[in-house]
Amino acid sequence: MISDQQRILTRAAREVTDGQIVNLGIGLPTRLFHYLPDDMNVLVHSENGVLGCRPRQEGELPDSDMIDSGGAYIATRAGASVFDSAMSFAMIRRSRIDVTFMGAFEVDQEGNLANWKIPGKFSPGIGGAMELAQKVARLVVLCSHNDKHGNPKILTRCQLPLTASRCVARIITEKAVMDVTPAGLEVVEVAEGLGIEALREATNATLLIDESRLGRF
Amino acid sequence: MTLLNQKVCDLDAAMANISDGATIMVGGFGSPGTPFALLDALLASGQRNLTLIKNDANEPGIGIGKLIEAGRVKRLITSHLGLNRTAIEAMNSGEIEVTFHPQGLLAEKIRCAGVGHGGFLTDIGISTEIAEGRHEINLEGGTWAIEPALQADVALVHAERADRYGNLIYRATASNFNPLMAMAAERVIAQTYRIDTPGNLPIDTIHTPCAFISHVVQVDHASSQQGACLHDL
Repeated sequence: MISDQQRILTRAAREVTDGQIVNLGIGLPTRLFHYLPDDMNVLVHSENGVLGCRPRQEGELPDSDMIDSGGAYIATRAGASVFDSAMSFAMIRRSRIDVTFMGAFEVDQEGNLANWKIPGKFSPGIGGAMELAQKVARLVVLCSHNDKHGNPKILTRCQLPLTASRCVARIITEKAVMDVTPAGLEVVEVAEGLGIEALREATNATLLIDESRLGRF
Repeated sequence: MTLLNQKVCDLDAAMANISDGATIMVGGFGSPGTPFALLDALLASGQRNLTLIKNDANEPGIGIGKLIEAGRVKRLITSHLGLNRTAIEAMNSGEIEVTFHPQGLLAEKIRCAGVGHGGFLTDIGISTEIAEGRHEINLEGGTWAIEPALQADVALVHAERADRYGNLIYRATASNFNPLMAMAAERVIAQTYRIDTPGNLPIDTIHTPCAFISHVVQVDHASSQQGACLHDL
């Protein structure tokens, strides 16, 4: 039995193709690091100023000058480079990052994303999320399908302040893989063992489901 | 500007004559690149009502966290306070005024001041709540927000190596905001682990040319390696 997070991350790893430049947001997406095959030509960008980071191997000493944007000690792989913050965000704003994975408080069927502020409760600042969300070539949201109270996070329309509008291409939760389309969220895959009705009940958005083409993950 | 042959000095001399109410840029993203020794000297010298510009607020009890906790900071211009709970509390209680910018815009505002421009045009954040109060213009079919440059009276930066003229080399992810801030303040104070004779740094590896630098201070590694929130993946 795999956990919900393992199911999300295992599925998300299949979004990365050989030769890509990838950014992993803070939180659940950072753990995708451990799910990417070692033999791929993939460079992971971290906005504090490194392209080509990797997790430290067991026994490898930490370098106090080498962290990722979440504060983890990382190492670099062959082909890596380091640079200042202006250069790092030049790559982001020029859409030179092929795919970014981000968490969400809310995401909606128009592809709007809210993941930085809950007014009155949580406002530590937006960091690099706004520029990544607005400019990345492809944004994949990784999040739980519902919040800890069971409320849907996949909505018709986000209520919280937006990180960026119409920026999300795909949403991967423990329940489904969904693509943002003009007509609504097209369900591409559903988790093994989950019924269509149960998915609809857990979601507060228009879901487009063609059962003849539906995959399982 | 300080003459080339007068830049190397001790901590006290480098940090002298910073006034109450000064605007001070501080390098670093989290701990790497934070000029901890210069910040400790700033704490000891007692100025009040400071405006600090830093990507983040370090962590409780270190770096600019100490200055915030000591009530010395009036205003903080930053992108994210996620690793410093006490800074978030000081913001929520109104003890410090915090202005947030998206991280890349903060970097670019500083870079703009550093290259002598008054600001730049961007489409980042248009139609989000950070756009409130920004001036927007239409240019060649697009809508752009005007972002003014951000400069400071003093910049405190950390470099891995320097020479006596003030040429600087940064290391790994300790670079971050340091090279940008090193160009954007009236007075730029650099701390470094090693000060070489001019001519000993490979000239094509110098990140910040000495023309921008006012003072160079040698510090030891122990005084500058702090940070409890760092962790393994």
